[in-house]
Amino acid sequence: MENEVIIGLEVHVQLNKLNSKLFCSCSTDYHDDDPNTHTCPVCLGLPGTLPMINKKAVEYAIRVALALGCVVQEETLFYRKNYYYPDLPKAFQITQYDYPLGLGGHMLIKGEDGERVVRINRVHMEEDPGRLVHAGTIDRAKYTMVDYNRCGMALLEVVTEPDLRSPKEARAFLDKLRSILDYLDVFDGDLEGAMRVDSNLSLVGGDRAEVKNISGHKGVEKALNYEITRQKNVRRRGMKVVQETRHYDELRGVTVSIRTKEEAHDYRYFPEPDLVPMRIADWVPRVQEELPELPDAKRDRFRTQYGITDDHAKSLTSEIKVANFYERVAGKAPPKLAAVWIADVLKGELNYRDLSIENFHEDQMVEILKMLELEAITEKGAVEVVRQILDEGGSPAEIVKARGLGKAEDDAVRVAVRAAVAECGPAVEDYRGGNEKAINFIVGQVMKKTRGRADPGEANRLVREAIEEL
Amino acid sequence: MLRELKEEIASGSAEEVISALLERVKRSRLNAYNVLAEESALARARKFDESPWDGRMAGIPIAIKDSISTRGIETTCSSWILRGYIPPYDAHVIERLKAEGVIILGKTNMDEFCMGTSTETSCFGPTRNPWDTERVPGGSSGGSAAAVAAGEAPCALGSDTGGSIRCPASFCGIVGMKPTYGLVSRYGLISYANSLEQIGPLASTVEDAALMLDVIAGHDPRDSTSAKTEGGYLDGLEDGVRGMVCGVPKEYLGEGLDSSVERSVWDAISVLEDLGASWREVSLPHTRYALAAYYIIAMSEASSNLARFDGLRYGLRIGTDKDWHTTFSEIRAAGFGPEVKRRILLGTYALSAGYYGRYYLKALKVRTLIKEDFLRAFQDVDVLVTPTMPFPAFRIGERIQDPLSLYMADVFTVPINLAGVPAISLPCGFAGGLPVGLQIVGDHFAEKTVFRVSRAYEDATPHHAARPQEVI
Repeated sequence: MENEVIIGLEVHVQLNKLNSKLFCSCSTDYHDDDPNTHTCPVCLGLPGTLPMINKKAVEYAIRVALALGCVVQEETLFYRKNYYYPDLPKAFQITQYDYPLGLGGHMLIKGEDGERVVRINRVHMEEDPGRLVHAGTIDRAKYTMVDYNRCGMALLEVVTEPDLRSPKEARAFLDKLRSILDYLDVFDGDLEGAMRVDSNLSLVGGDRAEVKNISGHKGVEKALNYEITRQKNVRRRGMKVVQETRHYDELRGVTVSIRTKEEAHDYRYFPEPDLVPMRIADWVPRVQEELPELPDAKRDRFRTQYGITDDHAKSLTSEIKVANFYERVAGKAPPKLAAVWIADVLKGELNYRDLSIENFHEDQMVEILKMLELEAITEKGAVEVVRQILDEGGSPAEIVKARGLGKAEDDAVRVAVRAAVAECGPAVEDYRGGNEKAINFIVGQVMKKTRGRADPGEANRLVREAIEEL
Repeated sequence: MLRELKEEIASGSAEEVISALLERVKRSRLNAYNVLAEESALARARKFDESPWDGRMAGIPIAIKDSISTRGIETTCSSWILRGYIPPYDAHVIERLKAEGVIILGKTNMDEFCMGTSTETSCFGPTRNPWDTERVPGGSSGGSAAAVAAGEAPCALGSDTGGSIRCPASFCGIVGMKPTYGLVSRYGLISYANSLEQIGPLASTVEDAALMLDVIAGHDPRDSTSAKTEGGYLDGLEDGVRGMVCGVPKEYLGEGLDSSVERSVWDAISVLEDLGASWREVSLPHTRYALAAYYIIAMSEASSNLARFDGLRYGLRIGTDKDWHTTFSEIRAAGFGPEVKRRILLGTYALSAGYYGRYYLKALKVRTLIKEDFLRAFQDVDVLVTPTMPFPAFRIGERIQDPLSLYMADVFTVPINLAGVPAISLPCGFAGGLPVGLQIVGDHFAEKTVFRVSRAYEDATPHHAARPQEVI
């Protein structure tokens, strides 16, 4: 109990599906380009420039706030957060700080013991600073380079209450958040820097440390586990955990202290005079109406509408593209069978190859499911078809034909069974003597004779029948 | 004046006009300009002479305050910290002026980052008043005002945060107009105090100022505080003041006001009466809190606005690079003058945790009260008539060691910026050989009314025609 962990997250989400940055018209499509090629006087903070708000970014932010169950404010208001850092060309960051766009939401995640409600404190907009590239590690770099391509990108900060109880739950929260953002079509989680996490972590009864610079949902478990071990070790040595900010060094997998409470910044927040408040109350009903069905609702519907298991429904709804793929297939093939084959087989094969669902066509899946339904193909054969489509392409029918994966006709199987039973006298005797395993040997002979085209289960049944008839 | 000059240039030679101006600037010892754009101005003039273009200010030379970004021309705000900074873009007002055909002569001197009332805080040294070179031209747009008064530019742009157009217009005996907050886009104006400042014209006549405002005003999506307005400031310019009511705020006349300035203002009110207007006393009861509120707001905003100048991407670079904090601290220590440092420090203090509520928030509340004073007054009167400055131009060095006495000089101009209303300064006579300025204040977006009253007064008086002798 004394080592119970309390975790709160501040998640920075880049609205990278926008065409332009938050306060200027620079393109957001910089990921494959050279540093400092997507900049203009505004995002470089040149003297005399003024911010101009991207209305689409505000709409995206409202979308996310509503999806997380937040109450959306009547108007937008921005503040200046003043601090000196080379990634911040104006020496202040424009952020919503005291007047977040969305307040008081919640999210359901799979917790350590059952479902957990994670309260969302707020969702607010701010501009992304530039990117610093240290020559070496942050505490030992000889020099640092700045890339302002990222500077001025629209960020959403999603702040949770300290409701998470383990690194695993933190990961589950981030996975779910990513899934919701994916549904809302505001975010491409695969781009570098798309999701960055700061976390407050404390052991019950102790001071908290803020861990910054966790990139994305994958690093979070590792970083937080390290931090828990560190804090427990501090306690074990009879010392107190101090309130401080720590930097997660991804390469070394450790957190490093960057400032203590005494060194905390005074950001001198004040309302940004260059941005007049914009009334958004009128936008909210329309955005709410246009909100898509979200993962939880879709999962419930899949379960009831298609009669599939909750695990399958969850797996099929974590990504909107997969969910849409499933629905298209389920309209043309048996839904339960489709759920098994998409959730258990196709997704696994895609993950293994680091491919997305776009690499498989729904008609191919429908064709495979039809063949399975008609027992024209074995399950093993169907897996082969899936793999070959992903690796080399082609249509299921062609692949089945070319590779002879079609289930052998009954006659051929029966002939093979009779022959195998006749040839395997000692095994038949063993089976009759009570050795169940001996049957496998005979079935193996059947498979050999049919070049694997027989269904093993069916062959097993036929072999038993044939032995009975002897 | 600009109308005649435009015809003269069109029928004669822009190159000759520009050359003559450049020669005049070069032999002058007023120090009105920081940068002369000699080559580009002459090149553009020659181009104009070859194939003249259309435009409401076609071929007209203009001087630009060094706080306004000009593509390709060094823009420093008269600060060492921006030495060598050449903007890659034009301010909105520069785009508008260029579209109407102007030729930019150069960038004019000012108080460093607009922080001053005398143009003495410039890193280029003070500009001199053309009426008495031992005296200041006012500030912060002192270079622009001196250039226009001395015939070194037919017109100029300035910026006005707490009187920075009207004060030098008053001290130099010309016309200077601060528009309603939001009328002119600030895009490209290097910010001192964003919520207070506007770009505006400095010119020889009311008509010239109205023409210039017509060109530079109007909505710009890049400035979210810019308003959608109709313009047409030359329309009805000569409609006179018959039946109008002028308000005279009692808080603006009295203690601390130079007696000859006061006399000039009352004379002006009599002129307006003779022209058919009436006057009545009004009260702006929160005036006494205006200076304190103004300086807290301006310094707070400035402390944030000026934080970006670190020498990393542009401007001053000194010594060898050390670690980031040391390097930018050294550059800022060397690059800013004492008045700028004072205001950054005070502004930083006013915004710090624990003081924000006591200073900045309180100042915003005072600002609201002051704005309400004006709104109330304009229910009863068409314009307010006041002195622009409490006294004529003072001597160079006379007040610079005493910042508070300099701040006090802004007492009649800063309430106008806090309220966001438009105001003009017009020449209304002389005191001891030095020009005196009359301030006419209008309601929000009532620039036309302000111009109309100003033009009627100008037509009835000879003051605007007086010009100083050339100072070589």
